[in-house]
Amino acid sequence: MSGYFSDVAALARKDLVVELRSRDTVPAMLLFVVGALVVFHFALAEDSSRLAAAGMLWIALLFTALLALVRAFVAERDEAVIDGLLLAPCDRSAIWLGKTLSVFAFLALAEAVALPAFALFYDPVSWELIAGVALANVGIATVGTLLGAMAAAARARELLLPLLFMPLAIPIVVGGVGATLADDPARYLGFLALYDVIFAILSWASFEYVVTE
Amino acid sequence: MIHARGLGRRFGEKRVLNGIDLDVDAGEFLLVTGPNGSGKTTLLRLFAGLIVPTGGELEVRTDRARIGFLGHEPLVYRELTPLENLDLYGRLYRIPERRERIGMLLERFGLWEARREQTAALSRGMLQRLALCRTLLHEPELLLCDEPFSALDAAGADLLLDELSRRNARRTIVVSSHQPERLADRPTRLLSLAPG
Amino acid sequence: MLLTTGLGLALLWAPEDADQGPSQRIFYIHVPVALTAYLCFGWAAWKAFRLLWKRDERADLESYTAVHMGVIFGLLTLITGSIWAKISWGVWWTWSERQLVLFLILFLFYSAYFMLRYSTEPGPRRARSSAVYALFGAVLLPVSFLAIRLAEQLLHPAPLFNRDGPQMSASMFITFCVCLAAMVTLAAALYLIELTGKRADASLRELREHLA
Repeated sequence: MSGYFSDVAALARKDLVVELRSRDTVPAMLLFVVGALVVFHFALAEDSSRLAAAGMLWIALLFTALLALVRAFVAERDEAVIDGLLLAPCDRSAIWLGKTLSVFAFLALAEAVALPAFALFYDPVSWELIAGVALANVGIATVGTLLGAMAAAARARELLLPLLFMPLAIPIVVGGVGATLADDPARYLGFLALYDVIFAILSWASFEYVVTE
Repeated sequence: MIHARGLGRRFGEKRVLNGIDLDVDAGEFLLVTGPNGSGKTTLLRLFAGLIVPTGGELEVRTDRARIGFLGHEPLVYRELTPLENLDLYGRLYRIPERRERIGMLLERFGLWEARREQTAALSRGMLQRLALCRTLLHEPELLLCDEPFSALDAAGADLLLDELSRRNARRTIVVSSHQPERLADRPTRLLSLAPG
Repeated sequence: MLLTTGLGLALLWAPEDADQGPSQRIFYIHVPVALTAYLCFGWAAWKAFRLLWKRDERADLESYTAVHMGVIFGLLTLITGSIWAKISWGVWWTWSERQLVLFLILFLFYSAYFMLRYSTEPGPRRARSSAVYALFGAVLLPVSFLAIRLAEQLLHPAPLFNRDGPQMSASMFITFCVCLAAMVTLAAALYLIELTGKRADASLRELREHLA
């Protein structure tokens, strides 16, 4: 058991270090999310409700996440480095978990920039929103990493991943917006947690089928 | 060690391997020859477990932890240093006394000086030598080399030949090459593949 | 097989006469079609599970065909639902109709399934990825339904349209069941036809290869 988690730790560490050194994805994510929030100002009417602004935040977060997810497996696949991991005796799901953890970290970084920006441009940020974002993060990272692996093996992967992911992201958005605005955010947060648990287990279990040839 | 009956592999519409029958015992040295496109790489990847057969049966009587695969790609991360790369694989393969073993291999393959440089900065020959380190790190029982001499520099080639000579009953070697002259006197078994 | 299909279709017309209001008519097509679509997706997920669990390669075609059927019937659901909305309330689309929204989401999801199959090279990997995605679809179904309910409370606190849950008299119930049976039979027939066709294609391809 401890072997499994040390594998995960080694793999997650690898993903983090690789990204920090290549500086490909994270700067783009940060710029994109702030840019999106700015664009949305011009897209919203003057007297827009809080609902519209909150919705825009979630859209911005979702698309920023897609940036990260599309690239999650691309490099490893193109240079076939993933073969090295597949040859190793580690459990395939450990590859997924390591990657998911690093994606989660990058998303959290983007959110750490996006939420203050949102508070600055639009509305103050409540604790419920932060909790919602955190829970949504889990869902996006777990499902997105799995789908990223699926798409990486296909042609036109940058187009395919958003298509695969959007329908699955709808419940996340519902939960997130609900947590932000509803009178009883607990229900929406609970729903997000349910989504997370169900799809995390599903993704964890099915990764090995998706990544091997 | 390896048992194959009617082994075949198809990619989409194209059939790359068809009806391979093969038995390799432990300690043998199998040389796979054939022109480009005859399926040598596919065969070795099947042995390594990277792909599964689409026809026939294949049995490789050892587990992943004891297979070493040297392919066309070095399978190392460009953004990590050689040391970090080997450390990662060392952890995944649960190698005891990881640091010592890594140090020993880097030294032996002439990469000790470059151990803390970004792998992206290494020459092709050095990359392939690093790949060789990765392959031998866990002292594999089944060593699979796919056209290993095509990317190795002179120093690396010598080291590989040296390594291949260190045969014992516990290690099985499969090498594919379309220039088999270098290994002429070593193999115990030969397999020739034809395209299609 | 074709006989059963014909019978199914014939049965559809008969109950229409035994109806009360004209707007109710579409109900007999809409709901059975929806239920059939659910069935198809469920079957696809089951076959997908068998592919992954038992490594049953044949299940790939079966799962794929089932998804295809599901999408066809899903599209029918959307169309009939839209017609019903027009008849009942005068609009072609409404977000407060849960069934409709759910099918929209599922339609998007399973359309992406086809994109996935189209973009990936045929082989064990494509079969497995498709199977995993089909399973996700089956799980997404109830989760989406929950999400839609939650979204409703948030976005449309006062339901604009009231869907009259039909209080079914005995004769209506019978006609409903008959229509349901007819739809399922139709789906099964189409499924088998398409599956046989696909299997024949695959065998033909294999034969050609052996000869080449």
